[in-house]
Amino acid sequence: MPGKYALFLGCVAPYRYPGIEKATREVFKTMGVELVELQGAGCCPAPGVIRSFDQNTWLALAARNLALAEKQGVDIMTICNGCFGSLFEANHVLQHDPEKLKEVNQILAKVGMKYNGKIKVRHFAEVLYLDIGTETIKKFVKNPLDYKVAVHYGCHFIKPSRIKHLDDPERPRLLDELVEVTGAKSVNYKDKIMCCGAGGGVRSRSSGTALKMTEEKLKNVKKVGAQMIIDVCPFCHLQYDRSQRDLPGFDIPVVHLSQLYGMAFGLPREQLGLEAHEVKFKL
Amino acid sequence: MAKIVEPNPAFTREIIAGGPNKAGGGDTLMLCYQCGTCTASCPSGRLTAFRTRQLVRRGQLGLKDEVLPTEELWLCTTCYQCVERCPRNVEITDLIFIMRNIAAKEGFMSDQHKKIGENMMAIGSTVPFPDTMKKVRADMGLPAEPPTTVSDQKAMADFRKVMEACGFDSLMKGGKK
Ligand code: SF4
Ligand code: SF4
Repeated sequence: MPGKYALFLGCVAPYRYPGIEKATREVFKTMGVELVELQGAGCCPAPGVIRSFDQNTWLALAARNLALAEKQGVDIMTICNGCFGSLFEANHVLQHDPEKLKEVNQILAKVGMKYNGKIKVRHFAEVLYLDIGTETIKKFVKNPLDYKVAVHYGCHFIKPSRIKHLDDPERPRLLDELVEVTGAKSVNYKDKIMCCGAGGGVRSRSSGTALKMTEEKLKNVKKVGAQMIIDVCPFCHLQYDRSQRDLPGFDIPVVHLSQLYGMAFGLPREQLGLEAHEVKFKL
Repeated sequence: MAKIVEPNPAFTREIIAGGPNKAGGGDTLMLCYQCGTCTASCPSGRLTAFRTRQLVRRGQLGLKDEVLPTEELWLCTTCYQCVERCPRNVEITDLIFIMRNIAAKEGFMSDQHKKIGENMMAIGSTVPFPDTMKKVRADMGLPAEPPTTVSDQKAMADFRKVMEACGFDSLMKGGKK
């Protein structure tokens, strides 16, 4: 069994969809994997607005979060593609560019902190796949599921693949395998690897454009008769769930992988927060 | 009469140098040979007037006024699909971040995005944390307040100090629109 990880909560999970946070905590506890708290963590920061406005601020705030985990001597585990994208890429810059690391540490010194580039940034789905493994996960499935689901990878999980090296960016399998461990069937659909539409600050600045992209994806998911969307990112999750308020004709529940595992592991439904979603989970 | 556009070589150089933050990826600007694979891969360009290849070309030619004030610059979702497929390994998304950083520096920031910046300065989060959410969390068996900047005053003060040291607060005050 793997060691422990510092759970990075981000913003959207704890403040909008706490069921994702709860399900993650319970699922990892069930498997006997220790998650330690990252006391005082802030926003990752958001790759959309903050990185678009000022990359030095983006880098320094990310370094502050990384330093909090480094101080405890544990790698960071995120439950969100956006957090993974920001923290992974910022860490990549800091581990490869000594000049940038020095500049960032001059800023962190003002709050009595320092980052040495010693930790890794992990995404919970690849921790499940690489460190725990599907064979082990299978042993915890008490309540096999027989749903037909549409997997949404999102953008900042496996891309940019040249620095992440997690899976084939055009035909990824990792999430499909993780989903199918529960007994659910992952169905193929048109433009499966396409973006949900929300990223890069598009949801906040041009919500109509974001909504059109989301509608495309939802249409494709509906066409193949999937019963739900499985995501690994609270922001994609929010985009799919809330957009269905504004898009007539869709009633597709949106479920984070941790919540799906919660169901398969037989955890009490009320701990998974599915009732708090816009699109009610009736299955 | 065709409009004559004035190239601005200084803008091209500024992108190559990584913009105001000397960020990475700018040095791949001139590798682009205009094949259009990026445009063909872009989920946003499918539905809007945003053309990725055109944006890169405008950067190469230094057409600053056709980049900085445009809505299109902000329609990229940073999905990296173009980056995965570009045959010349152009760091397209990095180029877009750099051009956005230059735009922000020159005051082109939307009110919606500034609002998110303000949330960051106030509570260290992009989204607000309403009191009603505390009850939802507690009912679920989670601590009502997560152990983040919303419940840790020292951490929040540090977070804000880092933003100020980077000049984020003054950047936000320099808005044109
Ligand atoms: S895919 Fe690459 S080389 Fe082709 S037009 Fe786009 S940036 Fe240029
Ligand atoms: S990263 Fe931006 S420009 Fe490239 S394909 Fe995605 S949305 Fe289009």
